[in-house]
Amino acid sequence: MNVRVLVAKVGLDGHDRGIKVVARLLRDAGMEVVYTGLFQTPETVATAAIQEDVDVVGLSMLSGAHMTLAPLVVEALRERGSDIPVVLGGIVPPQDLDELRELGVAAVFGPGASAEEIISKINGIVSHSR
Amino acid sequence: MTEESAREEWRRLFAAAPMRTGKFTTMSGIPLAPVYGPDDAEFPGLYPYTRGVHASMYRTKLWTMRMFAGFGTATDTNTRFREIIRAGGTGLSTAFDMPTLLGLDSDDPMSLGEVGRCGVAIDSLVDVRDLFAGIDLATITTSMTINSPAAVMLALFVAQAEDTGVTRDRLGGTLQNDILKEYQAQKEFVFPPRQSMRLVRDTIAFTTAEMPKWNSVSVSGYHIREAGSTAVEELAFTLANGFAYVELAQQAGLAVDTVAPRLSFFFNAHIDFFEEIAKYRAARRLWAKWMKEHYGASDLRSWQLRFHTQTAGVSLTAQQPEINIARTAIEALAGVLGGTQSLHTNSMDEALALPSEKAARIALRTQQIIANETNVANVADPLGGSWFVEELTDEMEREAEIIFAQISKMGEGSMLEGCIRGIEENWFQGRISDSAYELERSFNSGERVVVGVNEFLEGNNEDDLATLRITNADEHKQLARLNQVRADRDDDQVRTALERLSREASDPELNLMPALIDAAKAYVTVGEMMTALAGVFGRHVEIPSL
Repeated sequence: MNVRVLVAKVGLDGHDRGIKVVARLLRDAGMEVVYTGLFQTPETVATAAIQEDVDVVGLSMLSGAHMTLAPLVVEALRERGSDIPVVLGGIVPPQDLDELRELGVAAVFGPGASAEEIISKINGIVSHSR
Repeated sequence: MTEESAREEWRRLFAAAPMRTGKFTTMSGIPLAPVYGPDDAEFPGLYPYTRGVHASMYRTKLWTMRMFAGFGTATDTNTRFREIIRAGGTGLSTAFDMPTLLGLDSDDPMSLGEVGRCGVAIDSLVDVRDLFAGIDLATITTSMTINSPAAVMLALFVAQAEDTGVTRDRLGGTLQNDILKEYQAQKEFVFPPRQSMRLVRDTIAFTTAEMPKWNSVSVSGYHIREAGSTAVEELAFTLANGFAYVELAQQAGLAVDTVAPRLSFFFNAHIDFFEEIAKYRAARRLWAKWMKEHYGASDLRSWQLRFHTQTAGVSLTAQQPEINIARTAIEALAGVLGGTQSLHTNSMDEALALPSEKAARIALRTQQIIANETNVANVADPLGGSWFVEELTDEMEREAEIIFAQISKMGEGSMLEGCIRGIEENWFQGRISDSAYELERSFNSGERVVVGVNEFLEGNNEDDLATLRITNADEHKQLARLNQVRADRDDDQVRTALERLSREASDPELNLMPALIDAAKAYVTVGEMMTALAGVFGRHVEIPSL
């Protein structure tokens, strides 16, 4: 079965180049990708992820709000009884990585991440959680 | 009477221009002419301005070193502004945080985690006062990078200046106010496109009538390129948007020669050195031709495309961030050789965070090296006449014309309608994301080399660069300030101002600027004004597409 991914922009950040490019690269790698558009809240993302029955949620954040918003998406999923893993990509300083992992973010892809790395990590996380 | 040769005409203009002090020779002492070329060549300062908008170019005045800054609270950013001025920066450019760019107050639930993060938080007149404290708005020009709430920010700026005794007609600066590229690329939109264009019309009409030194719109290709377009698409989409604003103003009864001289442009300086230079040259020629031939402009200033340049944020790498200094220097040089009027150089650490003070200073120093050490500013359009650069300029012009024809066709002959329909039909957005994807694939396949990313990786793991940290403390400070503003102001005045704004927004014939300025003076917040307008205009939702 193909891996299903929901990619999402949470909060006010309008930078959508990265999320669109990554979404296409994931499709090229055989994944099914759902994109819910700009200005989502943690709640709308969690609801959509559960409805779409995805294997993983990928957040894209370039505005610096990741420490606040990424954990809220994890929380919104868990509150709805879902254990769908959440990964994060964007401008994330290395100092934030440990705390994000503690708050339940399964993987973080910084601005230097390659397509190969993103695809293999997502595959790894999904096969582990299935 | 014999017709004056291009060179003679240029010489006459050059002789009339003031000169900066400087030694115009090479290091060996060889004298440098202000421009080179045969007598019948294109010359700077002459239509169609391919070689520059001024006959004397940087011999009269170097470009403005305009560094973009903004973070945390208004007080934090004011400190950075003063630092920039002390370090020799000659213009200010304000970066706003995401809530402000989207017209939300800092205490809006959607603002959580975003306050002061990637720009300064501005909620009311009180913040604008702190932002410009100790800075003379009559002498230093200010650029405000804001679009959906541009009219609101202009109102706050005018209110602040008038509070300090500077009348609006003396204010020099630029409002980005380019809403079309928001839907196409930057995606910080609030109202639907057509309603947003009414606010653009109001700001153009207002500044034209009352702020003669103000640039009403900075038509911006920068974000189109950062979102992934090619250089040709950046060139064509940006100029098409510029044509759309001219048509918008014409529909409002403003003559092209009233409006076009106050439009300025903003381009990216990416890493493909010669293509960038050709892009600036083609942009000037295209704009001049279109203003003269399609729009009937006769004022020379309508034909002259003036532009700001920023080096390419997307070309910076998180790997080995120090090498970004070299990228930025090369890109900045392209902007200067292309004849930019002002320049922002990115800091080496911007793939990781907002710039640290040290990184921002190095970025400014990069411009100062180009200006003072390299001697490149002494000769206008030094690459003019190069077979390569001239051919590339012509080719970019041809390719842009093809795109103009497509946009015009979408609008049945109107560029204004073509730009709006292109947005509504996701045409621009689709082209930009296709180009971004193609470029990314060329990096992934190794067809294009990026140092530190797919080649030359030694040194990638030494990560010891100190980056700027913005804590939640700024958010708390800003919320406290906003609460204080709400507590101190006169609620009746606020209510009256908002009622008037809603009422006037419902009448498309009215100009909203006077109502917005009065609201600003009554300490109505950005979020309150924008909410009132959204009540009339509605809100735009982009249909998600990949």
